[in-house]
Amino acid sequence: MWLRNNALQASALGAGLLLTAAIALIAFYVPTDADQGLSQKIFYFHVPIALTAYACFGWGAWKALRHLWHRDERADLESYVAIHLGVIFGALTIVTGSIWARASWGVWWAWQSRQLVLFLVLFLFYCAYFMLRYSVESGPRRARLSAVYAIFGVVLIPISFLAIRLAEDFIHPTVFTSRGPQMAGSMFFTFCVSWAAMLATAHALYRIELAGKRIDAQLRELGELLT
Amino acid sequence: MILARGLSKRFGAKRVLEGLDFDLERGGFLLVTGPNGSGKTTLLRLVAGLLVPTAGELRVDAERAGLGFLAHEPLVYRELTALENLQFFSRLYHVPESGERIGMLLERFGLWDVRNERAGSFSRGMLQRLALCRTFLHQPSLLLLDEPYNALDAEGTSLLERELAAHAGTYVVATHDPERLTPLATQRLAFA
Amino acid sequence: MRTYVSDVTALARKDLLLELRARDTLPAMLLFVVAALVVFHFALPSGSGRLAGLGLLWVAIVFTALLGLSRVFVAEREQGVLDALVLAPSDRSAIWLGKAVAAFTFLGLAEVVALPAFGLFFSGVGGATVAAVALADVGICSVGVFLAAMSVSTRARELMLPVLFLPLAIPIVVGGVGASVTDAPGRYLAFLALYDALFATICWASFEYVVTE
Repeated sequence: MWLRNNALQASALGAGLLLTAAIALIAFYVPTDADQGLSQKIFYFHVPIALTAYACFGWGAWKALRHLWHRDERADLESYVAIHLGVIFGALTIVTGSIWARASWGVWWAWQSRQLVLFLVLFLFYCAYFMLRYSVESGPRRARLSAVYAIFGVVLIPISFLAIRLAEDFIHPTVFTSRGPQMAGSMFFTFCVSWAAMLATAHALYRIELAGKRIDAQLRELGELLT
Repeated sequence: MILARGLSKRFGAKRVLEGLDFDLERGGFLLVTGPNGSGKTTLLRLVAGLLVPTAGELRVDAERAGLGFLAHEPLVYRELTALENLQFFSRLYHVPESGERIGMLLERFGLWDVRNERAGSFSRGMLQRLALCRTFLHQPSLLLLDEPYNALDAEGTSLLERELAAHAGTYVVATHDPERLTPLATQRLAFA
Repeated sequence: MRTYVSDVTALARKDLLLELRARDTLPAMLLFVVAALVVFHFALPSGSGRLAGLGLLWVAIVFTALLGLSRVFVAEREQGVLDALVLAPSDRSAIWLGKAVAAFTFLGLAEVVALPAFGLFFSGVGGATVAAVALADVGICSVGVFLAAMSVSTRARELMLPVLFLPLAIPIVVGGVGASVTDAPGRYLAFLALYDALFATICWASFEYVVTE
């Protein structure tokens, strides 16, 4: 009963708990890597955050599709919030990836890291999404253009990944794989908890931001009706 | 042919149409009057399908092939000649025996002599006549005319009136100068 | 089906005829691409090698294409004619396809000048490069015309197009450069074909939503 009435608080609480658990596990439970030392633990943040970003973009594209196909009015805002979160998590991916690169290879940027390069391209693409949205008056046209662009984005993800892989053959003959360690029991468990925590955090933020934006929209409509 | 119930259109915060109701039967002539900015153009664009309503219902019983739309702009390509413009649109609308139809329209609107001149060299009145040719080209059954007398001189006006009398169909005409069209109107909508 | 083809043909003919009359976009593209190649000569320090030049060829192509693409919907926008096209009984995707065919023609003509010029200034281009250019043009024109239509609806207009286009052009550049410089161009040509198939399909399927409300 309480759960249904306070869904928002429940998801925030759940996310907070998972996040705390994940941080505790990463800090104390999982063994430190023999070669890379403490810095390798960033992997347990970096990859789940990246996967969560993909999930956000995918969810945004799904909502965009619903908006176009089923004329679902509410889906436009949902798509926007999902992509907004995707960009935030994407930026975090780049930051954590950069920190990891610095710790592992001594450089702040590494073109060799496929993940980093892919996120850079996607970051550019989705930033353009916001520029597009700000450049059109709010209304059905803006919703449609945003939805189509969001769908383009999700097609771009695998294509870009393929392109980056292909480009390696003539850009950098040497490839450092930013793969994590061979994941044995405790490592895998920690990774999964961290991934669940990131997804839960994204979910909670999604619901909070969506609720906030819906209230904004309703207030604005009320204001217009009164004038 | 057209049914509107509670039709509303908003652009962001600006409310242009609110709770509009009307019925227009086939063959009717709806005259929409009102000052500039009162929403006449918005109504025509909604009926044409260029805009979707914010609220309410709008049913238009016409396909795009049977729709003739005269906008504020002439909607012709300035770099092409009058003839080329009409040839292009006749291809797009799959007009049968287009050569004859184009020739006939150009003559009816007094543009035959300038048919091979670039539309960009036309005066505003001649552009309006060309736009009218484009509108009537495919013999539409539903005609939406936004300020059809715009920029027309005396000759152009009489040519238009002759065409309106000759061409049977359902009309929705927006104008801020309703006197001329009142005799043709079967219905009126006045916007404030 | 036949009406669709005739609609696309009518639209493409109209665009080619317009350019023949106005004669502004194609000459600008030709001049731009040759000027860009000259700039690149000064941008490449000695010892850069043949491959660097080939990479820059693709930069020239993408930016020349952008120049042309920013003009594709100018006539429709300035004279509001897009409404007339959208109201026509034809499938809205025909508008996109007709324009893409016309854009492909202009870009192709620009490259007919650019590739020999490149051969003159830098080094000859092989068959793989020419094939890559052809495939890349399909992708550039499909996506570029689509995004140009989107940009027309925005406040920023022409400024929006490069911002929207460049991230999507990255895979094209990878495919093109890869085909030009490596010993195994087949993979890259296949990749370009994949890009073309995927993006042309979603452009074709979703153009309706870009020009209507």
